[in-house]
Amino acid sequence: MDSETLLARITDYASRPNPYPLYEELRQAGPVVWQTDGNCLIGTYHQIAALLHDPRMSAAPRPHGEAPRQPFLRVDDPEHHRLRTLAMRPFGPPHSPRRIEGMRAEIDRITKELMASFESGQKIDIVDDFAYPLPVTVICRLLGVPREDEPLFRAWSDALVAAADVRPDQDTTETDKAGEQARMEIGGYLLNLAEQRRGHPSDDLLSAFVNEPDPALRLTQEELAVTAVLLLIAGHETTVNLITNGVLTLLRQPEQLDHLRREPDLLPRAVEELLRYEPPVHMRERIPHADIEVAGTAIPQGTSVILVLASGNRDPKRFHEPDRFDPTRPDNQHFGFSSGIHFCYGAPLARLEAQTALGALLPHLGTASLVQDPPPYRQNAMLRGPRHLPVHL
Amino acid sequence: MPGDLKDGRIVIVGASLAGLRAAEALREEGFTGSLTVVGDEPHAPYDRPPLSKQVLLGQATADTTELPMRMDPDAEWRLGVRATGVDLLAKRVLLEDGEPLPYDRLLITTGTRARPWPDPDEAALEGVFTLRTCEDGAGLAERLAAKPERVLVIGAGFTGSEIASACRELGVEVTVAERGPAPLVGALGGTLSKLAAVMQRNHGVDLRTGVTVTALHGNGSFTGAELSDGSRVDADVCVVALGAIRNVEWLADSGLAAGPRGIACDAGCRAFNMYGIVTDDVFVAGDVSRFPHPLFGYQMLSLEHWGNAVEQAEVAAHNMVNPGPLQRPHLSIPTFWSTQFGLNIKSVGVPTFSDHIVIAQGSLEARRLAMVYGYQGRVTAAVTVDMAKALDYYRHLIETAAPFPPPPGAQDRPIAADITIPSEVPDPSVLSHGPTVALTGHLPDRRLTVV
Repeated sequence: MDSETLLARITDYASRPNPYPLYEELRQAGPVVWQTDGNCLIGTYHQIAALLHDPRMSAAPRPHGEAPRQPFLRVDDPEHHRLRTLAMRPFGPPHSPRRIEGMRAEIDRITKELMASFESGQKIDIVDDFAYPLPVTVICRLLGVPREDEPLFRAWSDALVAAADVRPDQDTTETDKAGEQARMEIGGYLLNLAEQRRGHPSDDLLSAFVNEPDPALRLTQEELAVTAVLLLIAGHETTVNLITNGVLTLLRQPEQLDHLRREPDLLPRAVEELLRYEPPVHMRERIPHADIEVAGTAIPQGTSVILVLASGNRDPKRFHEPDRFDPTRPDNQHFGFSSGIHFCYGAPLARLEAQTALGALLPHLGTASLVQDPPPYRQNAMLRGPRHLPVHL
Repeated sequence: MPGDLKDGRIVIVGASLAGLRAAEALREEGFTGSLTVVGDEPHAPYDRPPLSKQVLLGQATADTTELPMRMDPDAEWRLGVRATGVDLLAKRVLLEDGEPLPYDRLLITTGTRARPWPDPDEAALEGVFTLRTCEDGAGLAERLAAKPERVLVIGAGFTGSEIASACRELGVEVTVAERGPAPLVGALGGTLSKLAAVMQRNHGVDLRTGVTVTALHGNGSFTGAELSDGSRVDADVCVVALGAIRNVEWLADSGLAAGPRGIACDAGCRAFNMYGIVTDDVFVAGDVSRFPHPLFGYQMLSLEHWGNAVEQAEVAAHNMVNPGPLQRPHLSIPTFWSTQFGLNIKSVGVPTFSDHIVIAQGSLEARRLAMVYGYQGRVTAAVTVDMAKALDYYRHLIETAAPFPPPPGAQDRPIAADITIPSEVPDPSVLSHGPTVALTGHLPDRRLTVV
């Protein structure tokens, strides 16, 4: 088939359950694969790694009209560095080195509460009953957002994520508009919450941001809004896929499930392998600030370059038997959290959540079975994951 | 016969990072014979970088930096035993006590030791330290924790600068005496050394440059020192940080090409003998080696880098148990890091192999930058300050001999990115202590007169 339509075929909803044969086609046709609309796709590990570290590659969207302020995920250095460093102060090292580890007991408790009603013989939806509520409860607790407002921001989040998806064959005017509307509303909502904590700090990130005493280390209102939106959305749109993909993968591979049940110490490595084998984030877009060259192919300044991280994770030039799920895999430097300056801010939290969640589920999975395989997937091709995962315990 | 290489007797002399990693790698490569590791320190292999950082700050104690073993290399450990020579003909390592150790293949990983203060009586004063071993680290950490009035650090290379940084972080007054024009100049060249000087002074270090220490005073205990400019520094602790000496004296009569810059070996880690003929059964890795690198004009490099010890040990181990056509060259790009005065400094390539530099990203004012080094129009090194994530990109430029200055288009690119300036790497022969990378070979236009 024609490699110029690969992106359209990858994003076609019919490809959602198994995009990996298309990724193989992408690597065969690559490293640089031009699309009919003038953009290009890259799916080979070493080229993706080089571009993620290339300071000439911009993560900022091409400006059209009055561009709204972007979260640090879509901002270049030095502004990106400033915003990310400020956002990191209450979240991780060097200023808050024990923040995530300190949440371990609470994540354990939330996990146990969610599992309290699970009984053998029962049919549950791993997504709605477990993999979604767990990270949402955690990120709400961390940010300082009331858990009962979840239906509110779930709708906003859906609109925002739809607007951020890659849809080459579709008119995106409507989804873009809905996304913009959602961004405004959720930003206002979070700013309002932050304002309530001004002068009344509690143990959460919104409090820390709004009560920062040093003016040089304070986010502006606008920066605070976009940063808080980013953390809330990223904190609950990705880990849900990681946990769900983990259950799906283990139920599809009973021998690996048995292995893990015998050796639960392998769990942290199994989560890394999962991040390689079935990552929550499949693609990221970059735009070169100068004419660049990738494996002998010139890519002009301003081209939209789509890095297919999930394809890099399956590149046989980097990983031995890449299509095998192997929790004991050595040297597993995957792109599950991307790489370079935009390496996932929440990675330590995601790891802890996935390890806790899958560790707690392991004893129940021995007798569990998939009700539907493949399960129904969400529309999004970039943030790929099942919408439901019905399982018989 | 290739099969035999996986069996037999291998002796490793040197039980630190390179020795341990080689022992592990030998087993991973399928070596099933007998393995003996000889080390003159009484400890199991331990990590040294924390000794000038976390240990001095009291965040870790010196006896907790033992290196984790990735696997049990099933070796006989002869620790606390000094090797005194090697008989290449009889294939035996001589030990200061006990029977000679016969070997089929030998790996030398004896590393370096701290250069001591030249006057033994002054060096013996209580309160005078060097920093290389865990005993050194424990002793110095204990003195710093007791809040001395003032510490004198002699030499502002990486070790000296990190010690000064730890002193200031602990609130201890510190004077640094450096013979060169600025700290780190031997490793990083003129521009970054000026930044290092500013950082030291901003953190309250009493930095004296262009001076040498001429005498240490004390009556049993160290009380102060005299400098070549006629001034005197009163202090109760003195740290001599004048670089490292390679542990090669024990090989003086061996016939191997061992000298002050280390033991010469080929790209496959095989040692040369004194006639420049490569040996088949003696290998070298880590700080004690000097090896040719094609990206740096086939200069013989001597590196004092953690990463090089690991990578070279793995190549040496591979080559010790594989026949010639399957052997690998040691071609990895040198890298090192340092943390001091709140800055994270990382380097890739060989900064001393340069004639010009350019600030490709960030700025000196922001204390956050990527500096690229070039030699005759190609990129040979990069040093980042609080910008480590950019390093992989510059490593790729070095590996591909990309043109210098690097191409435009980088984020955070200053106007100054178009302006190249001389790298001002000093002639190694005028330094009182070596840089952590020494170019020890011959370049027609950069002849080293004194080594």
